[in-house]
Amino acid sequence: MSTTQLVAPNVSAQHWADPSHPDERPFIRKYVFSTDHKVIGCQFMFLSLFFLLVGGLLAMMMRWQLGYPGQPMPGGGVLPETMAPGGILLPEFYNSLVTMHGTFMIFFAIMPLLVGMFGNWLIPLHVGASDMAFPRLNMMSFWITIPAGLIMVASFFVAGGASGAGWTGYAPLSAVPEYSGVYMGQKLWCISLVILGFGSLMGAVNYITTIVNMRAPGMSWFRLPLPVWALFITSILVLLAMPVLAGALIMLLFDQLIGTSFFLPETGGQPLMWQHLFWYFGHPEVYILILPAMGIASEVISNGSRKPIFGYPAMVGAIVAIAFLGWVVWGHHMFMSGMNPLLGSSFMVSTMVIAVPSAIKVFNWLGTMWRGSIHFHVPMLNAVAFVAMFVIGGLSGVFMASTPVDIYIHDTYFIVAHLHYVLFGGSLFAIFAGLYYWFPKYYGRMLNPMLGKIHFALTFVFYNLVFFPMHNLGLAGHIRRIYDPNQYGFLEPLQPVNTFITLSAFLLGAAQLVFIFNLAWSLWRGQRAPANPWNANSLEWSLPSPPPHGNFTAMPHVYRGPYEYSVTGREADFWPQWEPPDGRPAPDHSPDGVLIGDQKPASREPHR
Amino acid sequence: MDLSMKRFVSLAVAALIVGCGGGADDTGGEAADDAAGAGETAGPVVNPDSAGTITGVVSFEGTPPAPEPIDMAEEPTCAEKYTEPPVKEAAVVSDGNLANVYVYVKEGLPDLDFPAPSEGVTLDQTGCHYVPHVLAIQVGQPLVIKNSDGILHNINTQPSQNRGFNISQPVEMETEREFSTAEVMIPVKCDVHGWMEAYIGVQDHPYAAISGTDGTFSLENLPAGDYVIEAWHESFGTQTQNVTVGAQETQEITFTFSGEMAGLPVPLGEPLVLHADHAGVK
Amino acid sequence: MRWDWILPEPVSNLGAEIDSIYYLILIITGVIFVVVEVALVWFLIRYRRRDGRRAEYSHGNKTAEVVWTVIPFVLVLFIAYTSNDVWLKAKLADHEGGAPPDAIPMRVMAKQFEWNVTYPGPDGRLDTEDDFAVRNQLHMPVDRAVRVELGSDDVIHSFFLPDFRVKQDAVPGMMIPVWFEANRTGEYDWACAELCGLGHYRMRASVTVHEAGEFEQWQASRGTPAAARIAPADTAGAQPTTSESEESA
Repeated sequence: MSTTQLVAPNVSAQHWADPSHPDERPFIRKYVFSTDHKVIGCQFMFLSLFFLLVGGLLAMMMRWQLGYPGQPMPGGGVLPETMAPGGILLPEFYNSLVTMHGTFMIFFAIMPLLVGMFGNWLIPLHVGASDMAFPRLNMMSFWITIPAGLIMVASFFVAGGASGAGWTGYAPLSAVPEYSGVYMGQKLWCISLVILGFGSLMGAVNYITTIVNMRAPGMSWFRLPLPVWALFITSILVLLAMPVLAGALIMLLFDQLIGTSFFLPETGGQPLMWQHLFWYFGHPEVYILILPAMGIASEVISNGSRKPIFGYPAMVGAIVAIAFLGWVVWGHHMFMSGMNPLLGSSFMVSTMVIAVPSAIKVFNWLGTMWRGSIHFHVPMLNAVAFVAMFVIGGLSGVFMASTPVDIYIHDTYFIVAHLHYVLFGGSLFAIFAGLYYWFPKYYGRMLNPMLGKIHFALTFVFYNLVFFPMHNLGLAGHIRRIYDPNQYGFLEPLQPVNTFITLSAFLLGAAQLVFIFNLAWSLWRGQRAPANPWNANSLEWSLPSPPPHGNFTAMPHVYRGPYEYSVTGREADFWPQWEPPDGRPAPDHSPDGVLIGDQKPASREPHR
Repeated sequence: MDLSMKRFVSLAVAALIVGCGGGADDTGGEAADDAAGAGETAGPVVNPDSAGTITGVVSFEGTPPAPEPIDMAEEPTCAEKYTEPPVKEAAVVSDGNLANVYVYVKEGLPDLDFPAPSEGVTLDQTGCHYVPHVLAIQVGQPLVIKNSDGILHNINTQPSQNRGFNISQPVEMETEREFSTAEVMIPVKCDVHGWMEAYIGVQDHPYAAISGTDGTFSLENLPAGDYVIEAWHESFGTQTQNVTVGAQETQEITFTFSGEMAGLPVPLGEPLVLHADHAGVK
Repeated sequence: MRWDWILPEPVSNLGAEIDSIYYLILIITGVIFVVVEVALVWFLIRYRRRDGRRAEYSHGNKTAEVVWTVIPFVLVLFIAYTSNDVWLKAKLADHEGGAPPDAIPMRVMAKQFEWNVTYPGPDGRLDTEDDFAVRNQLHMPVDRAVRVELGSDDVIHSFFLPDFRVKQDAVPGMMIPVWFEANRTGEYDWACAELCGLGHYRMRASVTVHEAGEFEQWQASRGTPAAARIAPADTAGAQPTTSESEESA
């Protein structure tokens, strides 16, 4: 773990003929059509946060209808008659809201945040490279996401409206316009996701190549920070899963456009085949949505506890195990689908087993904090919340993994609670942790910590008020995706709960304004960030904030793992990967470890 | 009458009209400002002095099939509105007269533009029942769909020539739609209440009528000429008759349906040859 | 309305078995939840940064890793093993403990947005002259199993009887067996549990469980000749180009 043996560099000499230098290119090449991974990461940030807002807005509208069924929505007058005449949401529009909320959040918010933004921000710097292996492909992967997003937004405004078949798009509802009332919108949905998939594939290829080929001398596989491991495995999942989705979407398009019948039973098709194809992609997809978050959480928790990650090899093994097992559990989405019940038994076993590596990770995070020296900086608050919420999401998953219990809770709000605990309580809190942690590095300014703590507290409280009661709604039999639960006698008594959740959701949404304000204000007026505000160990913190184009002035050398905190016998409670072992100063650093020309003198305490 | 003969007669008639009316320069006519709804007097497009009327009765021979009862138990809001058990309207016969027959001019109209009336035609959902059961509307005329029940209905139209729509009305409300192409007939159903059924006939002229419970119908303000009139019924199929009507004349015709005609295929969404001079649909 | 984690009272014996698996999982996960979250909060308090205290420099503990790998592994496999028998009883048409051979056969066809139930009539067999169909109502006798052939005329729906703990997707192109038995009388909810279009939220129906003799009486009063029955082939989702003949009772 702390060997100082240098590994022979695995990069071509030519690569280092071009160390960091001032970027003299015109504005449009520098900030718009940029091949610099750091800029592309920032671009992904803005794009994804925008779509996170869009997804959130769609959810607010859904919650209005659930909280106040059939009543005109404030501001609903701006919506056209086909969506909400007189502000009253129509059932078909509600179905579109449900569909598009999931679609935007998964494909245009969480995935590009974790894979696009953090992948770009972290991978080259963590491995010690000057940029990605394929910078132009990287640029293309961002710019292809834009038309995909525009097409998805546009689908709201065509005749028949946006897709209303759920983000899962089950056929035949999605394949036959007469059943759903949606004509062009479903086709645009398919096309948008195919295009987005191409962008993801480009990213995956880039990340894998960069991680395998461009690690700096000394950066062995087991000295990689865990976000890199997570993104590496995630990229393999993307590479293998996205093409399956694309294939399924194209088949669905063909059924709608050219008269094929892959999924239409009257003419020989199989509705279940859509589900198998979709979930064969869909389950690895949800691991794509959580693994990078786990990597980020590991990074922040180790830093915040001033303690090495507990069980680094087991953490790596758990990431690999989750990804590998993730290929053989897809049928647990289909227990009630009509597939052979014996398949249900086998999928139950594999699904139960996949809980184990997740448990290992949770215990290892706890082990990291145990006997640590915990600093409650904003990233740490969010990362700890991630662990606490992921535990709830993971445990609720055990209920639905059990096939007989799933008979009752499938397609109820119990599932909605579970998925939001892992995707919001899990992924999104980790994303916030990562944003507060790495924003200073890429924008050169700190996010205001007081606003950060307020944002965290409000989000954490309201988030739990929104989603925890959904467990109980589901256990009472509250079905998913229904416009007006009061139509069922047994659900009518639950209306006050729905109204409570709605109010909490509005407050949750309002709390995000604190984050948006913090982001905007800090971009312009935030405190200038030093090179290493968190007294962390990985390579990005050896560079100014933000790092120059090309990153490193000279090829970095790595002497130890990334989690050498509170090493016995050393005065400082961190030991960066780049600091030579024998007391020599690192290149560009003063003898006491401060980056020469840094914005402000570093303190030995991580920023609070 | 074959095509060239029809043309000659129409031309002759038109020449007469022009000669007598002395207004229009050509047979294209002028755009009317607000022509009345289908089945009513056309606007200034057709000069009333040179127009005739076709009236008639649709009768039914023999014993009509018993009306099928509707079990509305699942929808108390609607079931409450009935003092007698509701029935389906597949064949509404009273005193030997057949109601809900869609009677319209199939062929023979001169080449005139009949602008769509701005006043809409209402399709009401009340007591989980479409009122009217058969509806006549013009191309471009607003169809005002009304939900008087205050519970979820969806209006699922299944046309062949027009673009259909499937929209919901979860509460008491009104929605407007229109059709762009003539079509006989567009079925309308509600997926929430499977017994609900209606039919919409779309023409690009106003000469369509629906027989009442007394079986009577009337097509007024028709330009003089030779016409093919078709009567359509959802259970008993279609029948046509040739009628020649002169200026200021009223022609009476009768259509007779009978029980034997049930079960034959009833055309829906057939492309129409509306005018002798125009093939296909607009 | 309950606001704890206790399930509403089930109406079937198999439902009670399903509930016991739920409670088993609830206890196991509940204990783990409390232990882990309390430990987390305890660590945050106990190991918060304090002057003069330094974090322990440790990279892990292999024994701990093994313990917290093996114990969860054993626990989840135990849950899977216990669950499987109940699952197979509920779902496999011919599994031991599953649908009894004297179950009353019925056919349920789902369509946007209603359920159509075909009853076998007094002869107790489907597809015979005395079958009849009713919309949105399933009647059955108490303490006697019903075996439904479930299908769909258009999109995927889902046959959900919450009180019976029964759920099965209705898939067009497939006829799927579902069985259940009530151990008390009453009227129970029946919902659609798969998004099926704009009327999905209102695709409600009811299950009425009669006393033993009452069901036969009800069947006798509702039965009408075969002309009124609904068979799956007749209502397959084809686009109407001719006026549909009346088919529902």
